[in-house]
Amino acid sequence: MNENLYGVLTLFVSVCFILALKGLSSPKSARRGNLIGAAGAFIATDLVFFSPGMTHQHKWWILGAIFFGVIVGVPAARKIQMTQMPQLVALFNGVGGGAAALVAIVEYLKLGAGASTAEVIATVFTVIVGCVSFSGSVVTFLKLQEIMTTRPVVFPGGRFVIAATLAGTLGCAEWVIHSLGNTSLTVMAVLALLFGVLFVLPVGGADVPIVISLLNAFTGLTVAASGYVLQSTLLIVAGTLVGASGTILTRLMAAAMGRSLFGTLFGAFTAKPQAAVEGGEVRSVKSSSPDDVAILLNYAQRVVIVPGFGLAVAQAQHTVRELADLLTSKGVDVAYGIHPVAGRMPGHMNVLLAEANVPYEQLVEMDEVNPTFPQTDVVLVVGANDVVNPAAKTTPGCPIYGMPILDVADAGNVIFLKRSMRPGFAGIENELLYDPKTSLLFGDAKDSLTKVVSALKAL
Amino acid sequence: MSNLALLSIFVLSIFIGFEVVSKVSTTLHTPLMSGANAIHGIILVGAITVTDHASNNIQLGLGTAAVVLATVNMVGGFVVTDRMLEMFKGKPRVKKDAEVAGGESK
Repeated sequence: MNENLYGVLTLFVSVCFILALKGLSSPKSARRGNLIGAAGAFIATDLVFFSPGMTHQHKWWILGAIFFGVIVGVPAARKIQMTQMPQLVALFNGVGGGAAALVAIVEYLKLGAGASTAEVIATVFTVIVGCVSFSGSVVTFLKLQEIMTTRPVVFPGGRFVIAATLAGTLGCAEWVIHSLGNTSLTVMAVLALLFGVLFVLPVGGADVPIVISLLNAFTGLTVAASGYVLQSTLLIVAGTLVGASGTILTRLMAAAMGRSLFGTLFGAFTAKPQAAVEGGEVRSVKSSSPDDVAILLNYAQRVVIVPGFGLAVAQAQHTVRELADLLTSKGVDVAYGIHPVAGRMPGHMNVLLAEANVPYEQLVEMDEVNPTFPQTDVVLVVGANDVVNPAAKTTPGCPIYGMPILDVADAGNVIFLKRSMRPGFAGIENELLYDPKTSLLFGDAKDSLTKVVSALKAL
Repeated sequence: MSNLALLSIFVLSIFIGFEVVSKVSTTLHTPLMSGANAIHGIILVGAITVTDHASNNIQLGLGTAAVVLATVNMVGGFVVTDRMLEMFKGKPRVKKDAEVAGGESK
């Protein structure tokens, strides 16, 4: 294929990616947008085999590797449960960053003495940021999968260690650029991997999605930098698009959670490690039975359901809808109060409830639902905790301080469906649980809801 | 291609990237992130190019690993985004209930 034709076709693919991002920004066109992006990627992958200068000497290695990637990636994406999607996205982002770093390393090994400084710098940049993105994403994966603690990990002198690692990485970069040696590159890559881990460790609980989005933008930039080294406009355009849109998206997410980006990333360094839960003191909570809950709901005028991650874990979206429908048929005014970051990711609850075909009008965003709580008789909190925790308003210095919350305490009664007294993802005690107007129904959200539904039917 | 041309492409792409996602509702944050994530899987093209030009076994090995990782990123990313967005289609209609329940039972 001649160079001009290849250039034109690559331009077409770049346009596909722009349309894909544009489409993904609106609910109506989102799915189509994603398919356009996938089509573009497919075309680009086929096209590269016909690009000028291909030798095809390792064709079978490449095809085999693609085949292997497909049989790993597709089943993982197809079989994953809704609740685990965030960590899968983190993992995919990590492997993308890893791929970019490897491409840059191979390119580095091939750079001869004739390489321009700009090329070397771009290569070094890609290796560093790709490695940070890779190891950082793996840590976010481990946090979300709850293989390691979800709380911020802060150790004494942590920030000095991080600063030293960063300085070491940059020092090595300087060394690499001057020496063009392999040892320097290896040391630099290892330090960059370490920095990625240290960078994500202090980020706690609810801020993890913001970090995934940021690392996503990082990976985009590494792809753009490799595009420069490989002289590929497609990689530059696609990588830059992701880098730029990812940065904006990260800021939007941070704004939705009422956090500054700076605070998210560096807040944990300045915060003291949290005091341990005061030992010995056992405070009483009011636990309730499904029948009590059913009675309370039955005689309410207005009920607001606040879903959280517990709903997702229990896969209780269909049961909660059944309950809402039942209450509606009894003349109760039912709405869902949706916190923008309930669950593990922004929009998690919307996706989950949409799966159960909950009418769109019943999903009320935080700003609209908050003023209605004083007129609400019962709030049913299903597996949520941090997003209704008044500590966000009352306890300066706690990890979620400043995050906007659903003011469920303004309602007449609050019922928590919880598995245990365990604190939420952010790891903070919730004072609301001990409030006299709060009652708790312990158990798996789906079981509890099923019992409440049958109790309600029996009334 | 000249450095200036590449730089122009880079800067213009930044503006497009900012522009296309500047107004997006919270609901779509996650799918958008996931879709953007899939798009940077296009590093696969770079991975294929460097593997093709590999001149020794180390380069071939690293390149092949890059192809695997990039493929997982790209293909997995698009599939998982599609699954997220599947939930949004035909929302106001009720008749899909049966289909959803059927899908659940697997």
